[in-house]
Amino acid sequence: MIGNLPTVLAQGGVDWISFDIGRLVDQFWYNTVNGLAYGSIYSLVAVGYTLVYGVLKLINFAHSEVFIVGAFGAYFTFQFLGYESGGIAQAPLIETIVNLVLALAVAMICSGLVALTLERVAYRPLRRKKAPRLVFLITAVGASFAIQQAIMLWRNPNPELAIQLVAPQPLFEVFGVSVTNIQLTVFLAALVLLLVADSFINRTRLGRGIRAVAQDPDTATLMGVNKERVIMLTFVIGGLLAGAAALFYIMQIPQGVVYNGGFLLGIKAFTAAVLGGIGNLRGALLGGFLLGVFENYGQSLLGGQWRDVVAFVVLIVILMFRPTGILGESLGKARV
Amino acid sequence: MNAHHFRSGTATKVPFGQRIRDWWNGLSRFHQWAIIIPVVVLVYLMPFLNFFPITTEPGTDFELALFNTARIVLIAIGLNVVVGQAGLLDLGYVGFFAIGAYVAALMTSRDSALYAEYPWLLVVVVGIAVTMVSGVIIGTPTLRLRGDYLAIVTLGFGEIVRLLADNIPALRGNVGFRNLERPPGEWSDGTRIFTQGDGIPWYWLTVTAIIAVLILVGNLERSRVGRAWVAIREDEDAAEIMGVPTFRFKVWAFVIGAAIGGLSGVLYAGQLGFVNNARFDVVTSVLFLAAVILGGSGNKVGVILGAIVIAYTPERFQVVSEYRYLIFGLALIVLMIFRPQGLLGARQRLLARGRQAYKRLVGKPEPVSTESPMKDAGKRTGV
Repeated sequence: MIGNLPTVLAQGGVDWISFDIGRLVDQFWYNTVNGLAYGSIYSLVAVGYTLVYGVLKLINFAHSEVFIVGAFGAYFTFQFLGYESGGIAQAPLIETIVNLVLALAVAMICSGLVALTLERVAYRPLRRKKAPRLVFLITAVGASFAIQQAIMLWRNPNPELAIQLVAPQPLFEVFGVSVTNIQLTVFLAALVLLLVADSFINRTRLGRGIRAVAQDPDTATLMGVNKERVIMLTFVIGGLLAGAAALFYIMQIPQGVVYNGGFLLGIKAFTAAVLGGIGNLRGALLGGFLLGVFENYGQSLLGGQWRDVVAFVVLIVILMFRPTGILGESLGKARV
Repeated sequence: MNAHHFRSGTATKVPFGQRIRDWWNGLSRFHQWAIIIPVVVLVYLMPFLNFFPITTEPGTDFELALFNTARIVLIAIGLNVVVGQAGLLDLGYVGFFAIGAYVAALMTSRDSALYAEYPWLLVVVVGIAVTMVSGVIIGTPTLRLRGDYLAIVTLGFGEIVRLLADNIPALRGNVGFRNLERPPGEWSDGTRIFTQGDGIPWYWLTVTAIIAVLILVGNLERSRVGRAWVAIREDEDAAEIMGVPTFRFKVWAFVIGAAIGGLSGVLYAGQLGFVNNARFDVVTSVLFLAAVILGGSGNKVGVILGAIVIAYTPERFQVVSEYRYLIFGLALIVLMIFRPQGLLGARQRLLARGRQAYKRLVGKPEPVSTESPMKDAGKRTGV
């Protein structure tokens, strides 16, 4: 009966949701460090969303699949290099670094190629027909779906057996929290890549082309910018960064190589992009780190099973109250 | 090349689809009914047309396949109200379907603490009411957004519904609810009419629900509400300026769509007799959307056709079943490039009395435009 409702909600213990401020405070620094390491992955993927949105005003829904293809690329590179699943490889440091760089290159190339193909095969015909935005979005959803399912049919629905090149080892402590070698590497490498991307957009000739098209495609074309090439470049940059993110992701979560592993991460990265201000490269960076950290705080506060809900709630709240995000500046207006 | 290009060119050849439409519009109301009624009877007789080209391969129950198809048709009609008629891209529609199924489970499964011997019709009514309320709850904050942002936020809400089912112990996660109550009634020999194994009664029940919903939605379409939806779909700003309270009508579209999704959820839960947290993911939402887009969003006959294609082909051909999501994903891409309006696009047409007046004054039926409802969607601004 309806009168049972309170008992029903308490069923299976009352701790299905908590509001544990003590735990939040206790784990604050731990969560911050962890969150930044995760957040750098979100940032890298978010750049892909933000660049494409800035130039085409399109939510590239299939970007999550661009990411996961990179993860598979890195995984198969590991296999090719002779690493076995299960246990942690014990290779000399130099060899490990070389292999990681190789995997990084392969992942970036795979993702970049998928992004480029997607642009050429799916989106370009629509642009030629001047299709409305919803048509683009539906195409993106379809592409995401198709790539995901193709991977599933190829590899089966189970995650690939984890391959771990490096064991996480604590390097040093910040605020009483140990930072592992993996976290530090991922954070620094992501930061470097993001800075490279940022200066590419802001300081090079090609980057100026991207900003010009984002601001006003027609005028940019009149000024001699090749719009089609700029759009291709945008997808490729987004793809390359997503590929890098994919390698960092499977370094942290070796069991994450699965056909639908990109979906949730894609939504979160999109949330990060919106949080920082979609269309704004530095916004993607900020949003990624913030979301990574918020997610961990939420997990401490409400319980681990609510981790993913936090991201969705952040997305909804931001879109409702400040859809332009924190930095709110568009790619076209970014200062040099 | 779509039908529109043919007509605007110098070619005098009228495409087949257009001829059918003109012929249909030229018929009187009486003649139209004279065709509809036999078609409906034929639809009811479907379970007995279990022979070669229609029937399923061995291993798939034909009657249950029919029921599942009818269920997807019902969902597609509901989603079409939101996507096709009001032009709101909803990627979280499966959430409403899930809510309907869970209401049925909570009320009629002995695994639930809320269980009591409710009459089955009450379950349907409560299921619809709860989904309508959740439509208001979800619609009120999100419908201030437009276009692709709305799509992403509805996706978020759909996922939240699923995660709630995962995380709240009272909703029993993967374990789920067993032995759901089915509609009452016995055959003359004392066995129950509605069982899990026999698809025929469920199919008839669903077809009846579809007809009721079609009549309801058709009437709404011709009413003030329907005109407001079309206005919002075609140009929201213009509609607002013309005095259409756009936000309120968008919430209405959401709520009506939700109600139909909820009804379909209740039916699904009843037939299966079991509800857990599986099958309510985004993939399912996209599949529903594919049915609407494939058939032609905004066109009721179109979405029915789309749903039949999406739901029945995998049941009919085992080969398709394995690759269905891949095929439908690719179909969406190809369709958007070559025929964005779907198999049968939405028609712009005069409504009710306007149609009669046109015919009387001009002496022939009004021309029906085949412009896609998506045609001007791009002019809308993002947020």
